[in-house]
Amino acid sequence: MPPVVEQPGVEEVHPDVALVDAARHGDTAAFEKLVRQYDRQIFRVAQHITQNREDAEDITQDVFMKAYGKLDQFQGNSKFSTWLTRIAVNESLMRLRKRKTSRTVSMDQDVQTEEGSIPRDFADWTPDPEQQYGTSELGEILQKTIAGLSPGFRTVFTLRDIENLSTEETATALGLSVPAVKSRLLRARLQLRERLSRYMKRKDGSIKP
Amino acid sequence: MTCTEFLAQMTDYFDGDVEPQLLEEIQSHLCECHHCEILVDTTRKTIRVYRDHQVYDLTDEVRERTVARIMAACTTPRA
Repeated sequence: MPPVVEQPGVEEVHPDVALVDAARHGDTAAFEKLVRQYDRQIFRVAQHITQNREDAEDITQDVFMKAYGKLDQFQGNSKFSTWLTRIAVNESLMRLRKRKTSRTVSMDQDVQTEEGSIPRDFADWTPDPEQQYGTSELGEILQKTIAGLSPGFRTVFTLRDIENLSTEETATALGLSVPAVKSRLLRARLQLRERLSRYMKRKDGSIKP
Repeated sequence: MTCTEFLAQMTDYFDGDVEPQLLEEIQSHLCECHHCEILVDTTRKTIRVYRDHQVYDLTDEVRERTVARIMAACTTPRA
């Protein structure tokens, strides 16, 4: 195998760029590859924000249809997946507003809350969550717990910690500054930890010495 | 370092984005403060448990239906 020649100053091109370019020129198979690469991620983001499976299915469909119609607007300044995620976040928040049953419908509402910002529960989680609960019971606890966060907090936690976007990608997808993402992420993590602690701490409630 | 000062650095600490001297101060605080040690451990477990157990996922059936609808819409010539 020939050695990889590093070319200083030449930026690595993400493989999605070629697929997007082909799709722009009418190659639907290239677009289908992109759909299959990111449909699960887009669905998860949509369901985490809307907390509704049917809405998340519709949003997944709408995101890719919109993206296909707007491929010319994709500048390549961010990753294609980040661009898709931004569309998904906007569509999901719009869906929450339309439903009108949700108390909070924007990225900014409820993020001023101090709830959970000061940790109060210092019980150890022993044994690990997986040892304390079966898979389906643990799944229910995780769903119930993240659903209790405001959309602003669960969105930032979903993108950064569940979908593993970088802090910069999360900021781009949400239209926020990097410091704002870091601040919300800290509070989202602390709130979630505090809420999960009710289920995960040692059964006798004691703190390990 | 106080617990409040540590909390302000926790996100960067998790990201491995702290200068060596600050890292030393953080590690020294964590050795002395059992509450912050627990906080770091349980916050890491919170992140890991959500990452390892995707609570929402598309079933294969719904996925195929969704992809088929998307591709049908994309290949239909616009009026």
